[in-house]
Amino acid sequence: MADTAYNSGNAAQGGEAASGGIPQLDFSTFPNQIFWLVVSLVVVYLVLSRVALPRIAAVLADRQGAISKDIAAAEELKAKALAAEDAYNKALADARAQAQEIIAETRSEIAAELADATAKADVQIAAKAKESEARIAEIRAGAVKNIEAVAKDVTAEIVAALGGTKPDAKTLKAAIAERMKG
Amino acid sequence: MASDVANSDQNKPASKGKPIAFVLLAIAAVLFILGLLDDYEGVFAIHPMDQFIVSPLFGDGAVHWYTPTNVTMWMALCILSIVALMVMGTGGRAIVPSRGQSIAELVYGFVRKMVEDVAGKDALPFFPYVLALFMFILFSNLLGLIPMSFTTTSHIAVTAILAAAVFLTVTIVGFVKNGTAFLGLFWVTSAPLALRPVLAVIELISYFVRPVSHSIRLAGNLMAGHAVLKVFAGFAGAMGAAAFAPIFGVVAIYGLEVLVSVIQAYVFTILTCVYLKDALHPHH
Repeated sequence: MADTAYNSGNAAQGGEAASGGIPQLDFSTFPNQIFWLVVSLVVVYLVLSRVALPRIAAVLADRQGAISKDIAAAEELKAKALAAEDAYNKALADARAQAQEIIAETRSEIAAELADATAKADVQIAAKAKESEARIAEIRAGAVKNIEAVAKDVTAEIVAALGGTKPDAKTLKAAIAERMKG
Repeated sequence: MASDVANSDQNKPASKGKPIAFVLLAIAAVLFILGLLDDYEGVFAIHPMDQFIVSPLFGDGAVHWYTPTNVTMWMALCILSIVALMVMGTGGRAIVPSRGQSIAELVYGFVRKMVEDVAGKDALPFFPYVLALFMFILFSNLLGLIPMSFTTTSHIAVTAILAAAVFLTVTIVGFVKNGTAFLGLFWVTSAPLALRPVLAVIELISYFVRPVSHSIRLAGNLMAGHAVLKVFAGFAGAMGAAAFAPIFGVVAIYGLEVLVSVIQAYVFTILTCVYLKDALHPHH
């Protein structure tokens, strides 16, 4: 192909190429090159400015929009997650506070019940103690009476044994009462 | 996107030393071969410049301005590639892009950021124009690396029109946006008054030299690279069994040329942005 081009170029340009002129300085081809260049440049310019560039610009704008939308959505979701975490923490704190309240309430209830029971028990104990005291007093009184009877008998027996006459009951009773007082 | 830009910026200085050595070697080789060709036309039938010849697609007639030529074909392929990437590649309009779509978005973001960073936010109306230039140059350069193809951007006629279009745009925009204040670009108020006329002349010359350097940089880089590739390929053909050395050279230079193709498209575009900045904000 290069050879044929060379030959045809030679034929077209006569002796110019043969005399050593480079093809770039063959001015007879300039109008041709310039004409086709201008046509090509106009076509390239029209294709780019009418079709390609608006399309690429639109695609880039779309992508930018999609990216910023995604970022906004992500931020919204993050905010939601934070809100959920806050709500959870709040619920946790509430539950804890409620639990404390219940504990305190229960504790005071138990304390009240305990105090109540203690008071009841105290009353019962006091009643029982009184009863017991009464019984003790009764027993003591019984004992004293028995002692008197025993003492009367014993004294009478002792006096009789010592050789005396049996003292009469009246004297005996008075003497023993006298001694028991002391 | 920012990290990509930073990466490509970091990679450039590191790989600068070797390419320069390669280019120097290659230029020496070209000169050497051209000298050989003069003397031994029959032995080395290498014609490194033939790949740049503009010829009609159909028949052998003269090249009129309207004739469909190999220029027409490769520019059409360039347009088809751009349509394939930027229109068909983005056809899915997916939120999660396909491979083609992410490349299209990468190019879009890269050039848009370049326009915004270099020329300012008010230069964004020119973004489609700058991107059209970038895509056209990039794909012309890369398509030109296909073996047996034709590199439209290696022709000074093409790059001169591209540069002239930028120059005219910048000049017209400068005057429309700033009126005569645009001439303040040449009047360096930060310099001492006595120096200003001299500086104005220098600035004026540099302003008009811009399109020249702008166009020759691109065409020269591509022409030299492709000529070197062809020379090495010719060596491989002429050397028989020892051809592995030039073939290795072709592979290495091909890699370099891929880099040059992208970097030259980038350089052309960023210079366009710099000139646009001057037009929109002429005060230093």
